[in-house]
Amino acid sequence: MEKVYLIILGMALVTYLPRMLPLVVLNKIDLHPVVLSWLRLIPAAVLGALTAQTIFLRQNGVSFSWRNIYFLAAIPCFLVAYKTKSLMWTIAVGLVSVVLLNQFKPVLF
Amino acid sequence: MTRHLVRQGISSAVPVVLGYLPLGFAFGVLAHGAGLSIPEIFAMSLLVYAGSAQFIAIALLQSGAGFLTIVVTTFLVNLRHLLFSASLAPFLKRVRVSRLAALAYQITDESFAVALGHFTKHEAEEKFLWGLFPACQLGWTLSTVLGAWAGNLIPHPEAFGLNYALTAMFICLLVFQLQDKFTYLAALTGGILALAIYVWLPGRWNIILATVVAATLGVGVEQWKKST
Repeated sequence: MEKVYLIILGMALVTYLPRMLPLVVLNKIDLHPVVLSWLRLIPAAVLGALTAQTIFLRQNGVSFSWRNIYFLAAIPCFLVAYKTKSLMWTIAVGLVSVVLLNQFKPVLF
Repeated sequence: MTRHLVRQGISSAVPVVLGYLPLGFAFGVLAHGAGLSIPEIFAMSLLVYAGSAQFIAIALLQSGAGFLTIVVTTFLVNLRHLLFSASLAPFLKRVRVSRLAALAYQITDESFAVALGHFTKHEAEEKFLWGLFPACQLGWTLSTVLGAWAGNLIPHPEAFGLNYALTAMFICLLVFQLQDKFTYLAALTGGILALAIYVWLPGRWNIILATVVAATLGVGVEQWKKST
């Protein structure tokens, strides 16, 4: 299983560089306000992209169907995340929703 | 005073660690199910320390992907840390480079959000991070090992919805980012573009392309609103 450790080291390196370079290099430079507002919007943009992909991209392509359980379970997740601002509660509600939806799948659809 | 700040950092880590527990646990169970040993899972959490990339790596390993695919995908997914790191930079100008290089290794979505929130309200103190960051990493690493160990006892993790932990995490992190109409615009555009690019363009570049275009559009609208 040396291959797994090699993959872990590769992942560690490409994860560390983007974390480290701006802090170490940009440290002495003042950024232009437009660059700063661009940086401010990046997390929202990347998380919007990742969330859409994990919810709507299923094995057989993009699915906006209400039979898509990942989509249905996302609705309570959004509400709980918005209300509680808690990662723990959002994950808990997500897991419970998926289990329940899978249980009742034959009845619902 | 110093010790007080470190302790303050550690207590600020509590909500983050509470979120990492189910997530790390789910990762440990799934990684164990994919055939990784407990030392491998421990090494990955310790060295990579990036939840979303770790989940994606497990899925790729299971689908038989090779070294290059997994490492490049990890790079793209974790490129967002570049922006987190850059946003912390203005607060830490007086900190020595060697210390910054060490702190940078523990930047995650959650630890960054807590640090930035703290620095905008209080004076930016490096010592706070030395409490917050290691506490978060400890929480993550231990919960994944716990999950891996419990994986022996859970033969069918999908029955507990554990596959959904990653999606729920993305949703929560996204909601944290939605602060004004420009962040909503960036998130919505990013989401639509990610799916559209996936459907219409080959390759796995949809996330990074969607991100760059959506953020640029958001800045354009923001600047235009400001000038009118």
